[in-house]
Amino acid sequence: MLWEVDIYPAPGQLDIAARQAAAAAAAMGLAENLSAASVRGFLIQGELDRSQVELLAAELLSDPVVERTVVAPVGDAVLQQLPAGMSWIVHVLPKPGVMDPVAQSALAAIADFRLKAEAVRTLKKYFVAGVDEDKLAALCWKVLANEAIEQVVIGPLRLERLELGAPYTFKLVTIPIRQMDDAQLEQLSRQGQLFLSLAEMQTIRQYFRGLGRDPTDVELESLAQTWSEHCSHKTLTGQIDYRDPEGRRQFGNMLRETIFAATHEVRRRLGADDWCVSVFEDNAGIVRFDEQFNVVFKVETHNHPSALEPYGGANTGIGGVIRDPMGTGLGAKPVCNTDVFCFAPPDTPLDSLPPGVLHPRRIMQGVVAGVRDYGNRMGIPTVNGAVYFDRRYLGNPLVYCGNVGLIPRDKSFKQPQPGDLIVAVGGRTGRDGIHGATFSSAELTSQSETISGGAVQIGNAITEKMLLDVLLAARDRGLYNAVTDCGAGGFSSAVGEMGEHIGAEVWLERAPVKYEGLSYTEIWISESQERMVLAVPPDKWEELHRLCRSEDVEATVIGQFVPTGRLVLKYDGHQVADLAMDFLHDGRPTVVREAVYHPAPIVPLHSADGTRADGAGPVDHRAVLLGILGSLNVCSKHWIIRQYDHEVQGGSVVKPLVGLCNDGPSDAAVLRPRLDSRRGLVVACGMNPCYGDLDTYWMAASAIDEAVRNCVAVGADPTRIALLDNFCWGATDRPETLGSLVRAALACHDMAVALGTPFISGKDSLNNEFRPAGAAQPISIPPSLLISALGQVDDVSRCVTMDFKEPGNLVYIVGLTRDELGGSHYALVMGLSGGQVPKVEPQAARRTFAAVHRAIAAGLVRACHDLSEGGLAVAAAEMSLAGRLGARLELEDVPHDVSISAGQSGRQTGSTVLGAELVTVLLFSESNTRLLCEVRPADAPAFEQLLEGVPTACIGQVTAEPLFEIYHRGNPLLQASVDQLKTAWQSPLDW
Amino acid sequence: MAQPSVLVLRAPGTNCDQETAYAFQLAGAKAEILHINRLLESPAQLERFQILCIPGGFSYGDDLGAGRILGNLIRHHLAEQIARFKTHDKLILGICNGFQVLLKTDVLLDWEPRSGPKATLTYNDSGRYEDRWVRLRVEGDKCVFLQGIETMYLPVAHAEGKFVARSPAVFEQLQAAGQLVLRYAPLDGSPGANPTAPLPFPDNPNGSMGNVAGVCDSTGRVLGLMPHPERHIDRTHHPQWTRIASSTTGDGRQLFLNAVKYFR
Repeated sequence: MLWEVDIYPAPGQLDIAARQAAAAAAAMGLAENLSAASVRGFLIQGELDRSQVELLAAELLSDPVVERTVVAPVGDAVLQQLPAGMSWIVHVLPKPGVMDPVAQSALAAIADFRLKAEAVRTLKKYFVAGVDEDKLAALCWKVLANEAIEQVVIGPLRLERLELGAPYTFKLVTIPIRQMDDAQLEQLSRQGQLFLSLAEMQTIRQYFRGLGRDPTDVELESLAQTWSEHCSHKTLTGQIDYRDPEGRRQFGNMLRETIFAATHEVRRRLGADDWCVSVFEDNAGIVRFDEQFNVVFKVETHNHPSALEPYGGANTGIGGVIRDPMGTGLGAKPVCNTDVFCFAPPDTPLDSLPPGVLHPRRIMQGVVAGVRDYGNRMGIPTVNGAVYFDRRYLGNPLVYCGNVGLIPRDKSFKQPQPGDLIVAVGGRTGRDGIHGATFSSAELTSQSETISGGAVQIGNAITEKMLLDVLLAARDRGLYNAVTDCGAGGFSSAVGEMGEHIGAEVWLERAPVKYEGLSYTEIWISESQERMVLAVPPDKWEELHRLCRSEDVEATVIGQFVPTGRLVLKYDGHQVADLAMDFLHDGRPTVVREAVYHPAPIVPLHSADGTRADGAGPVDHRAVLLGILGSLNVCSKHWIIRQYDHEVQGGSVVKPLVGLCNDGPSDAAVLRPRLDSRRGLVVACGMNPCYGDLDTYWMAASAIDEAVRNCVAVGADPTRIALLDNFCWGATDRPETLGSLVRAALACHDMAVALGTPFISGKDSLNNEFRPAGAAQPISIPPSLLISALGQVDDVSRCVTMDFKEPGNLVYIVGLTRDELGGSHYALVMGLSGGQVPKVEPQAARRTFAAVHRAIAAGLVRACHDLSEGGLAVAAAEMSLAGRLGARLELEDVPHDVSISAGQSGRQTGSTVLGAELVTVLLFSESNTRLLCEVRPADAPAFEQLLEGVPTACIGQVTAEPLFEIYHRGNPLLQASVDQLKTAWQSPLDW
Repeated sequence: MAQPSVLVLRAPGTNCDQETAYAFQLAGAKAEILHINRLLESPAQLERFQILCIPGGFSYGDDLGAGRILGNLIRHHLAEQIARFKTHDKLILGICNGFQVLLKTDVLLDWEPRSGPKATLTYNDSGRYEDRWVRLRVEGDKCVFLQGIETMYLPVAHAEGKFVARSPAVFEQLQAAGQLVLRYAPLDGSPGANPTAPLPFPDNPNGSMGNVAGVCDSTGRVLGLMPHPERHIDRTHHPQWTRIASSTTGDGRQLFLNAVKYFR
């Protein structure tokens, strides 16, 4: 019998799902006044009678205080009745095989009622009216359901039974690669979703010709996974022939010779004081925290899955990156998450979207919900992040997720041993995410939604939380020698990596599966979430198994590490793969890639018609300030931040929102990962895609300066900051695109060495391009380098926040202002191009950060805020609105090196070389290495003394009257009430 | 008794167990974190403890409504044991998800034979999960945990925290019995004209009836509350600690001290 339980809000209760659907339909222009009513439902298959299902409806599935239920067999007329005034009934169901955690929980909980259900599936049902018939399909697919994971039934639901899968019959598949010509190889690579280059396919053909046999499908898949860009990072760790105006440079391994080399140099200089522990080796980088613990950090991207199914993509993005620290060393305890997103503007008109593209507003809502539901359920505070908007992220949004973990010093390294059992723990294996690793290396097209639907996965955070609980217990009992997570490539990459220097034999039929019918290849390459692989000494297996069972976590021996140097896969005794580990890991042909950089000429700031900005008449500085505060990149992200639990684990010190009303933008988050200690971690980031259009070297340098100064602004010790790089770029087979990336990597090297801030881990995601149907040229994302920073403070009670504290305190600017409005938010808001991109003087930056840190550590700074988008005016305005206090600032003494090209008589300001007036530069330039500090008058002499040698000036005072005013040589430049600042900043994304 | 023992019960998806145990330890108790499966194997273990605490989190994913599955496990397997615990003059505390769990059982509010639960915690009016700080006012002196506390400033972090009684009559009955012990109060610190008149968002962060943030049982020894007292037991937990000169130790601490003091 197949029962349906429909659950309605009781009379008088809110129908939140209907309200949200109506709001989304209106926002997308699908229906001005949609009336909608929602039902959440369950389909339950099993030998159950009506009274039993009614019992489950009342005591398990619904909340009788606020909901009412209707129970009937599927198809019964009572389930199809339209409420008065409604025109349509829409059912939304997960596609068969798509993860349905709620149904899983229901199935397990039904057993506790001593009732037997065979299968459960969830269901959403909407009654709608007020939408034209021709827009109904659009409403279904743009608002109510997602084709990648769901099916829609309009009208009555007719379903006999739930699909449970069919048994699998073993059949060995071989691919006749030895006979194929080059065209056939390319076709195989594309159609089989291997996404390997011709040279790589030729190498594989050569290898099997040498062996005198054809590969099996699973051998070919293993090679494709291991050699994928996603798993091997072959572009950036490969040979690159780079040319720029300064000459030519040949890289044997580009990342090793730039970013890793910088870390090496920093560590060499630190000598005995080296605080790096494990860098670029394990799943995450590790540095020293205190006498007992190290701290680990990793940031990943999950871009392509998030483009197709934002909720699932982001959900599994955060779920995946959490498993990185869990799979580092012998397993770290996650202590906080970070997330940074790049979207197209949420007000993009629906009818301007190319086919196959989800609306950015929907992507944004789905991504935030995905991170929220996973991070919150894991009990890991999400403490830091940022969001950037640019039209070029339309078909290819970016979703960066990070995780920091704490690990005992003596658990920081792993070593699998020959003879260790290969144990799979956590979730079961299904068809989810097949070809995710190779898919993420491909360009998205409007067809991606359908051909790669399998790459989309839904996570189940509780499975991962249960896995985490037993993993840490097993670690502390010493029950395994190594652990790694099943990420892209699933078992294939996890077992392949762990067994690289030993050899492994895997018995695939033993892996627990979600449903019947999976082939040996599907089991091997599935990217089902929440799985990890352990190397367990045989004498520890019993205890490990018992521990896992005691908390309902599945653990299964699926193979053994054997000292053969080979990867052997078996299914029910049949050998299905036998590859040399050497060939798997080192057989990939080397390719020399070309990279070239042509600097764009620097031209003065100008408008679209070519008019120099400083020749266009007077600027309304107040309007510009409010415009920047209300721009999407700068405006308040409270709608996102508050949906994350940023305080779970009880160690929160500086929250993402600070100030008198808990609503000002903190520079960085601070937390105490150990409740019994005052030592803190500082987490921040830096990124600025706007600068990359002008020069990726200075974009990267600026991002590093920003990430570090954000840490310093809250009190972090600048000699103890570790960095992570995440490159998201367009197609690097174009030499210019690769050249822009190499140039950014060179900046990473130079800055890291100069600041003494080692890179400890990183990741790249290339080919972030989208090709709309029929378009000849793909849309490439702007160069997007995220720098994440992990700092430390000895005593969190020395930390400061950015909100103005007391009237009468002095405001100091630290750092030199230059004529650097290129790529600035001033230019963005005014619609200007050109100008000089902000540069960094690394030695000055090092001195500045050290001096500010000394002042903060001495307790001389009441508030500190970094100057970034919008420069001085925006930073000061944010301090004002966060503290609900006014400020009166005078720019005359701001330290600057702006050269005035033409002073004009009768005016206080002259034009600069690069096309702006001096006061505009002082207000809005985004020169790096600058901070604002609030200092008590009594502390001013001591503060000034500690800042000696660093350009510093007192530029005004905090005032009790909530009025924000800036003057230049006594002439008012702008004036706004604190309320006006706050409204401008908070309203754009106050969803 | 010198030092009470606290059982901090965890289930799959519980995630505030460690900081809650730490808060009890700071208050002078001995705290032990135990998995629900261990308690189901031998329910008699409960007798070793004086305080039972169900901490925050997403037990069993909250997949079928917050607290539902753990609540059912307690109803199906631990009802007798917990009833005995209550009659032995012991204390029970449910924080956030723990409060949701308690309301899915009859441990906190009696169930009536035919009409079922008296109240529930349902989706916030905002329709989403929110982490924000709220001001709370203690009403009456019925509850052991809230003795001597007038107001508290604590964070809430939940999607399903809107308190709804089954009917206005049930609400009145609970109010008359003095069980609606914790209420959201205006964030600006003002007393508010009529304490039970519904406060606007975000003073009342979820739309709870009568601004109810916490409820105790008829004895005052069982408390369920949505805000997280364990997240404000240190000066640096306060979101404005960098603005405040005084060195408070955190408004949530007294709640744990009261629980420990009850056994001294």
